[in-house]
Amino acid sequence: MILNLPRFVAAESACWAELETMLNRLDAEPNWRMSTSEVQRFQYLYERSAAALVRLDEFSEPELRSSLQALVARAYSTIHETRSSRASVRWQTWLTEPARAFRRHGAAFSLSLGVTILGCALGWIAIRADSHNKAVLLPFPGLMESPGERVAAEESAKTDRLQGQKASFSATLMTHNIRVSIFTLGCGMTWGVGTVLLLFYNGVVLGAVAADYIGAGQTAFLVGWLLPHGSFEIPAILIAGQAGFLLAAALIGWGRPVSLADRLRVMRHDVIALAGGLATMLVWAGMVEAFISQSHRPVLPYSVKITFGIVEASALAAYLLLAGRTKT
Amino acid sequence: MTAESALRVETPEGVVFAFSLASPLTRALAYAIDVAAIAVLTTVLSNIVRIFAIAGTDWAGALAVLFTFLVSIAYGILLEWRWRGQTLGKRVMRLRVIDAGGLRLEFTQVVVRNLLRAVDMLPALYLVGGSVAFVTRKCQRLGDLAAGTIVVHEPQVQAIDLEQIAPIEYNSLLAHPHLAARLRNRVSAEVAGVVIKALSLRDSYEPSARVALFGELASYFRSLVPFPEETVEALTDEQYVRGVISALYTAKRATK
Repeated sequence: MILNLPRFVAAESACWAELETMLNRLDAEPNWRMSTSEVQRFQYLYERSAAALVRLDEFSEPELRSSLQALVARAYSTIHETRSSRASVRWQTWLTEPARAFRRHGAAFSLSLGVTILGCALGWIAIRADSHNKAVLLPFPGLMESPGERVAAEESAKTDRLQGQKASFSATLMTHNIRVSIFTLGCGMTWGVGTVLLLFYNGVVLGAVAADYIGAGQTAFLVGWLLPHGSFEIPAILIAGQAGFLLAAALIGWGRPVSLADRLRVMRHDVIALAGGLATMLVWAGMVEAFISQSHRPVLPYSVKITFGIVEASALAAYLLLAGRTKT
Repeated sequence: MTAESALRVETPEGVVFAFSLASPLTRALAYAIDVAAIAVLTTVLSNIVRIFAIAGTDWAGALAVLFTFLVSIAYGILLEWRWRGQTLGKRVMRLRVIDAGGLRLEFTQVVVRNLLRAVDMLPALYLVGGSVAFVTRKCQRLGDLAAGTIVVHEPQVQAIDLEQIAPIEYNSLLAHPHLAARLRNRVSAEVAGVVIKALSLRDSYEPSARVALFGELASYFRSLVPFPEETVEALTDEQYVRGVISALYTAKRATK
């Protein structure tokens, strides 16, 4: 193709500049709604620039071709985009979306719960069968001591051992638990194997602690200690597992006649909604664990802590089961 | 599975454009810059947070922990969203995250690819993510696969400095516009690029090699489009090649 480049550029550059201006405005104002004539003009400019790119492909100055290619790519991504933009999502939707995503994928949550219960059962049986297994299953300094001795020490303490550290302890718990949950979620990309292992291990620890304290007759202390923060923390971990299983299900496919990319794209929104929900839950759980769960009788009677935990669990259940439901 | 070096997108209008895929090594360098930026940012924030120690060291400590966490999580998400697929490291290395289909990058894609860094980083030094990137066709780590994104390289294309390469006051080849047009038709962009490279390095050649190289190039161009003898008889081979390049990239008429 014979192309007089300077003359060609002089003739076309005004169109390219106009197209770039429209694209910049679309980037800066996501809510901009074009009029019919503006849409037609935008389409025309895109097609004209694309046609120019085809002509330049034959022979051209590389920088010009590269910049025009970038411009056409931007216009292409705008014109051919059919997914809804974030600007159309209302804040009420964001508030209820985690609950709706939770309900949409009940099977994944059941699987997450099932794996955790299996882990709990193993932890329970292992401790009840031989208390020496505690050293293997609960290698944490706070859990190694005898439950009876710990309860006696906590209830007779004259001073609050977390005095002056509660805020930083709370922040550490929040960030640690969110990291672990995100990791559990992300392990869904290992076809769910990593998610299963993490949920199972979490269940083992939970079952072992329960067996240890209940076996020592410290049920009230255990429930009063775990329920206030556990009513949010344990469901949050289960929801992380649920989100991980969504990724795993999309990765595996199970004979669905849809490409991997499409399966993952469909799941992405719900995974993000669940991640946002669980992060919020863990922020709350971190505050409760530092400021309430670690205070024991006589500072805070167990009945108060258990009631508080039950109210929290009920509120969470109500949110997850009812929020965002449409009236029929 | 073999890795591709470019993502080609063909629009319904039949226009094809290509994105050059970033290599894992370039991405690692960009990430190293990002890690340094995050470290600087958290250090600065930690120092600012010390002001809150007036209200109590406990709260100052809590804020420091939260800021460190938020910066490490939000750095990639916010920058890639605000800068349309780029972080500081990616800007420096001229990389950009884009949708794998060439469409607009969605916020959920940015969030997913950044959240899944936790797995890609395992067990250390991005071993999982790096290994996956090496074996996937589009050089994607797990986060990219889940988010449906790719990382592309945006090469910095230098403008051709014709004045430096072919500073010809009078280009006699342009006195024959139909032949110059035929030349533009027959010389491919790749060949022109190689010749421009040769011209830009001409002062570094041994004199004999320089004469031989431009002699061969001039013969090649003469075989493509012969110009009238009286037009080129006074030109050396190197001047002839410079004249050809000048004629390819400009359409000015010969002027004295």
